[in-house]
Amino acid sequence: MKQPTQENAPILEALERLKQMRIVPFDVPGHKRGRGNKVLTDFLGEKCMSVDVNSMKPLDNLCHPVSVIKDAENLAAEAFGAAHAFFMVGGTTSSVQAMVFTACKRGDKIILPRNVHRSVINAMILCGAVPVYINPQMDKMLGIPLGMSINDVKKAIRENPDAKAVLVNNPTYYGICSNIKEIVKLAHANNMLLLADEAHGTHFYFSDRLPIAAMHAGADMAAVSLHKSGGSLTQSSMLFISDKISEGYARQIINLTQTTSGSYLLMSSLDVSRRNLALNGKKIIDDVINMVEYARGEINNIGDYYAYSREKVNNDSIYDFDITKLSVYTRSIGLAGIEVYDILRDEYDIQTEFGDLANLLAYVSVGDRPRDIERLVSALAEIRRIYKKDSSGMLEAEYISPKVMLPPQEAFYTNKEDAVLLDKAVGRVCTEFVMCYPPGIPILAPGELVTEEILEYIHYAKDKGCQMTGPEDMDLQYLNVMG
Amino acid sequence: MELWFTEKHTPHVNFSIKVDKQLYSGQSEFQRIDVFESREFGRILALDGYLMLTEKDEFIYHEMITHVPMAVIPDAKKILIIGGGDGGTAREILRYKSVESIDLVDIDEEVAEVCKKYIPQTADSLNDPRVNCYFEDGLKYIRHHENEYDLIIVDSTDPFGPGEGLFTKEFYGNCFKALKETGIMVNQHESPFYPADAYAMQRAHKRIFDSFPISRIYQAHIPTYPSGHWLFGFASKIHHPILGANWKKWKALNIKTRYYNPKLHVGSFALPNYVEEIVREVE
Repeated sequence: MKQPTQENAPILEALERLKQMRIVPFDVPGHKRGRGNKVLTDFLGEKCMSVDVNSMKPLDNLCHPVSVIKDAENLAAEAFGAAHAFFMVGGTTSSVQAMVFTACKRGDKIILPRNVHRSVINAMILCGAVPVYINPQMDKMLGIPLGMSINDVKKAIRENPDAKAVLVNNPTYYGICSNIKEIVKLAHANNMLLLADEAHGTHFYFSDRLPIAAMHAGADMAAVSLHKSGGSLTQSSMLFISDKISEGYARQIINLTQTTSGSYLLMSSLDVSRRNLALNGKKIIDDVINMVEYARGEINNIGDYYAYSREKVNNDSIYDFDITKLSVYTRSIGLAGIEVYDILRDEYDIQTEFGDLANLLAYVSVGDRPRDIERLVSALAEIRRIYKKDSSGMLEAEYISPKVMLPPQEAFYTNKEDAVLLDKAVGRVCTEFVMCYPPGIPILAPGELVTEEILEYIHYAKDKGCQMTGPEDMDLQYLNVMG
Repeated sequence: MELWFTEKHTPHVNFSIKVDKQLYSGQSEFQRIDVFESREFGRILALDGYLMLTEKDEFIYHEMITHVPMAVIPDAKKILIIGGGDGGTAREILRYKSVESIDLVDIDEEVAEVCKKYIPQTADSLNDPRVNCYFEDGLKYIRHHENEYDLIIVDSTDPFGPGEGLFTKEFYGNCFKALKETGIMVNQHESPFYPADAYAMQRAHKRIFDSFPISRIYQAHIPTYPSGHWLFGFASKIHHPILGANWKKWKALNIKTRYYNPKLHVGSFALPNYVEEIVREVE
């Protein structure tokens, strides 16, 4: 049989062959190509339902790939420069979990920046790994956490020579990159694995105008959200490994939690997106860069707003910047980013990715049109004209350094737990998460000390319209703490 | 042989004109452009299959979108037309000798070129030295102007396709900013009759109503537009559309019109009850 190339999409092709075979389905799913669920078929379309099928011989099996899924994974590995690729159907959350579970057992240390996604800390609760947090540097004006400084990484490695892995955001939600190449060297020199959360970095693999991609920098594992900048369906993702990781062991780990009914809609979307990126990625990303650069220039011309870019690079905590990110500092018009986010949606019918206390992030991709960019820029100009007010009195965001008292797993699964009024929790050790969404980075994780500073931040962020997620009490009147 | 141009006014209603021949068909960067010759309506311009104007009834639309505001500010000097690449609106404005300049901003230069060649009845005006054409996104253009125009006429296509940015709150707000203290904005305001059009009309009215202190709607009968019943928006900072009209001055200009007259101006603001209801709902 002919060796598949990047022009192929083995899963897509297998599904197309399947359609022609007109197989009579006496297997799941029970909707039987949509015939058994007319309302859903009218809504999603017959084409979509006809390929929502189960694993079978011509379609391979995600838990144990030997044919078309294997071929598709091999093509993805080749396209992204990895030893092996896994197609993931539980979101990049599942890819991140698989990385942590593969690298760490109970009690193992992992060095990571505090501004990790909640999925990383969740993974530690499940497997019992112990975090060694590196305080990301903070940009005082923008109020955002940055990357890791090399000196901080060195210090953490020196103080924790027994750590099993270092985890790097490549990039952060805001597009900021650490010096991943150097961190790879430090990790490897100290017998540690380098794990990369590339939820926002798919496009790095296909352009030389962007920061270096983790696998190209020598990372051992990378969790890549193809459904963000890669164009695949929501909840699809890929996990890449280097030749230092056993493919078989990683698959065992993945199969601990992965569904045995992997969705062919998700898998085929990964396959098609990989082909598209491999064949046309450079051009697609160039188009996005051009649109974002234009928007950034126009927004900076409005006045007061600051759409930042590479000029923020400082060769350390901002080692590089992803210029496809359109982040705009809004506090200079007297509004929190989340307030601008709400006005854009409620008044101007424009949905952006998120607003935090000082910034707005608009997600720009291949699907955008220049005239939509004009709408965004014009609406921002109008918001400034109509709503601009004095910006004094707005909280200067400070990085709040977590005080880890217990491993997350020990705190979360404790038998001695009290639910206390939030304001009475100062000085106690928290046993659950408090996350400010946006941007979804933990304020408190299980095992951490509650401080006055943290309470002040929670009240301010709530007041500005951020959602507090994570705690058992969804209104956060009460907080669970160690008894 | 019979050749017909058909536009779907709704998924269940067709509007057809018998065509003698097709004079032009092309695809610009933004839309498909077609020009037909017909016996009943003369030449017809269609964009993406939607009828934009016919030689026979374009005077109604173009007179109503221009003379209504000009009767209120007959000494307007600086005019901005957004859209209007066919030239019909500019032609009517050029009849006012006091107008010093007309800036015409249309996203699609090919429409203007095609109209100059095939529909000189409207597009000859684009060659007038008082008309300055800019071919760019109207939303982008307006962003860079402040306190500059006496009158802005939004002569757009429909709220889907290339014209959709011209039905947004950010656009109307930027128009407010680009107008002088005494400025007026008039816009093509869709139709109240078929539900989908009525919804677009209501949304546009809400956005204009939120952006201007005075915002009223007037109507005209345009045979080749969906339902034939068409609306325009009149929005201004201080001028009332009827009480503010300067009839003495306007009549002295002695502009001959075929559809528009002062009585009709007043009457056009009297809306049918069902239209009033749609409008009031968002005020």
